[in-house]
Amino acid sequence: MIQAPAPDIGKVILEHTADSHVIELPFGDVHLPGPWYIPGTHIDISPTKHVVFMAFAAVLVFLTIWIAGRQVARRQREDKGPRGFGAAVEAIVLFVRDDVALASIGHGGEKFVPLIETFFFFILYCNLLGLFPWGATPTGNLAVTGALALIAFVVIEVSGFRALGPKGYLKTIVMVPAGMTGFGAVIMAVIMTPVELIGKIVKPFALCLRLFANMTAGHFVILSLLGLIFLFANWFIAGGTVAFVLFMMCLELLVAFLQAYIFALLTSVFIGLMQHEH
Amino acid sequence: MHALLMLLQDEAVKTSLNNNALLGAGIGMGLALIGAGLGIGRIGGQAVEAIARQPEASADIRGAMILTAALIEGATLAALVFALLFKLIK
Repeated sequence: MIQAPAPDIGKVILEHTADSHVIELPFGDVHLPGPWYIPGTHIDISPTKHVVFMAFAAVLVFLTIWIAGRQVARRQREDKGPRGFGAAVEAIVLFVRDDVALASIGHGGEKFVPLIETFFFFILYCNLLGLFPWGATPTGNLAVTGALALIAFVVIEVSGFRALGPKGYLKTIVMVPAGMTGFGAVIMAVIMTPVELIGKIVKPFALCLRLFANMTAGHFVILSLLGLIFLFANWFIAGGTVAFVLFMMCLELLVAFLQAYIFALLTSVFIGLMQHEH
Repeated sequence: MHALLMLLQDEAVKTSLNNNALLGAGIGMGLALIGAGLGIGRIGGQAVEAIARQPEASADIRGAMILTAALIEGATLAALVFALLFKLIK
């Protein structure tokens, strides 16, 4: 039996999950142009693998909602209920609207529904694209999840400022407990202000890390299990491993939906917290 | 000769530091997972108990359960990502 040198599984895993300028497709590699630096800086704005898949996810979101929306509207004109694909998408949209956005934000939450729906469908498609062969998970990249969390952060703070007014918004930073006056109030304000400020930053930071780590961890587990085949080079190990990977893939399908749901849910909970802080 | 010895020593110190960092990352991952397991297990157990007591409130309980579990999971995953940094940063 010929013993091949043991492959470096860790390197393979990191190369697979990291961003790159090469998209591997069944008919060969596609090399993307780059790097394109913004003049005078080190900021690279060339398209990478994750950017391409992110754009693909955006197109898929648009097509899903457009086709389903047209079908629902057409059948509504004919005084009939939606059917098939339109009914399925309508059910998900209604679930996100009623049980995620409106239930968590409370009254006045209608204007945030489009944002929450977009978050849900975009993150869902980004998560699912990584489960296809030759696919990549854009949400397994800290820059992507960081940008999503930054959008959530801006919406949370700006909508809170508009709902509470300058004075009410200042109260969410400099917190004085009701009924306290004089020296005690100053002490509480000095202690609680840094805590409140950190709390404002930690919320989007946790959103960003949670999504990134969940998608990356799933890929790490699947690739580590598949790597066992190449380490042991043994039929029994291969059979057991493939069964495990199948199970992990099913779990990843669940996690893809769950993480999209949790991102949408937590964003709307945070928006709701800022809206009704009085 | 002296320079070569210094170089070797330097290399040894570097690798031992890296190994210790990896050991620390592994122990840290385990500790974070113990905490998350205890926390999420308690949430799940209590939620099942609550649903058994009051099946008509199961939708609300499930939502609260997922929300709380997600908050715990966020803190745990932050710990895991920082443990991963020990491997990535040479």
